[in-house]
Amino acid sequence: MAPVVHFRAAVALAGRFPALAGVDLSLDQGEVMVVVGANGAGKTSLLRACAGLLPVTSGAATVLGVDLTTDHTSVRRYVGLLGHAAPLYDELSAAENVQFAVRALGLPVAGADEALERLGLTGRLRTTPAGRLSAGQRRRVALAALLARRPALWLLDEPHAGLDAPSRALLGQLIGDAVADGASVLLSSHEPELSVPLADRVVAMGGGRVTGEEPGGRRVTLTAVPAAAAVESAATGGATHVA
Amino acid sequence: MWHDAVLVAGKDLRIEARARVALWQVVPFALLVLVLLAFAIGPDQASLRHAAPGIFWVALLFSTVLAIQRSVAVESGEGTRDGLRLSGIDPAGIFLGKAAAVGLQLLVLQLVLWAGITFLFDVRVHVVWLALTASLLATVGLACAGVLYGALSAGLRVRDTLLPLLVLPVLAPVLLAGSKAWEAALDGNAGSGTQWLKILVPFAVIYLVVGIVLYGPLQEAA
Repeated sequence: MAPVVHFRAAVALAGRFPALAGVDLSLDQGEVMVVVGANGAGKTSLLRACAGLLPVTSGAATVLGVDLTTDHTSVRRYVGLLGHAAPLYDELSAAENVQFAVRALGLPVAGADEALERLGLTGRLRTTPAGRLSAGQRRRVALAALLARRPALWLLDEPHAGLDAPSRALLGQLIGDAVADGASVLLSSHEPELSVPLADRVVAMGGGRVTGEEPGGRRVTLTAVPAAAAVESAATGGATHVA
Repeated sequence: MWHDAVLVAGKDLRIEARARVALWQVVPFALLVLVLLAFAIGPDQASLRHAAPGIFWVALLFSTVLAIQRSVAVESGEGTRDGLRLSGIDPAGIFLGKAAAVGLQLLVLQLVLWAGITFLFDVRVHVVWLALTASLLATVGLACAGVLYGALSAGLRVRDTLLPLLVLPVLAPVLLAGSKAWEAALDGNAGSGTQWLKILVPFAVIYLVVGIVLYGPLQEAA
């Protein structure tokens, strides 16, 4: 089976700056990959390139069978990106925001209701305008929108940020369920103690490149030490050991 | 595309209904322009009646810029801008939806302005169909051109100041043709008014087609 994400020497420019400077990466169906690295390592750029928001200018880049070097927009409706900023309209309620995301894909609105319930966005939270929600609650609404769209590839950029402990646990369950349903997950994180246990593989990035790889917590029982080492190594531009 | 357009228009109108920016800022602004221009012309009733169509369209044009800025601002957040691009909605549908929402607001605004010039300048529209046709065609042109140039300026930090500079010269034909058509409608001279519709029709059609084709690439570039 062809990998869900396949990058070979992929280069993506943000202006004139090479946000991705020759990335080699492969993600299979049903796999969870955590990307670690220091600020500016290229984690967010990698996720945005996979989402078709950052064009890949050279190398090979295929996501869900779509060649991103020739067409970077077609893949968008099949991926779900949870970025730093929640894609919410402040004047619309939590329910209206999720329903808009679902209707945009022509999916039944019932999926939005199920997702809202799963994320605990019921009662007053459901009808409160997104602009009046806390950062963590907005994050949950964005997650509900992502869940309701049932993407084949989940792209999660620092998904634990702003979430309380129960929500972080719920996020882990959601990722597990998505993978069980056949989705794949690419997740960037500065919190390896939370993200590595969810992962099949952990990839370190630095300077817009993949600098190392090791098994994640779903494959072997790890302490936080290897993942922390990966972050540290990526921050200094060095390579971690390759599993 | 039409499903997407209805979805986006509904979303934008719902946001506007909640935020009430059009109600509390755009409409008062338009009326203020009406009153200030009347002050500038002076108390002579004949002069005011003669200038009424021009004042109406100048007020409408300036208010259009505000409505467009608001429409762009709704999608200006990093999250919402990316969210819309990832939504799976056809860019042509986004363009049509946003233009429809702006157009509907402009139609309501024109009703208010019509009441305003009737009350302030004591003018009567004698050829109603001509005034309505000119307004409808102009609304399509203003909304389509405005949303298109709004997309062009969307990604820029200086978009709020740049947009009027970009869009007002482009909308000048609408000001001219709309004023002349309304002048004829006020004078009861339908014959001379209809020729100005020949400017409004191609303007609306060209920006409608260009918007459908170019909104996607402009959205990407922004």
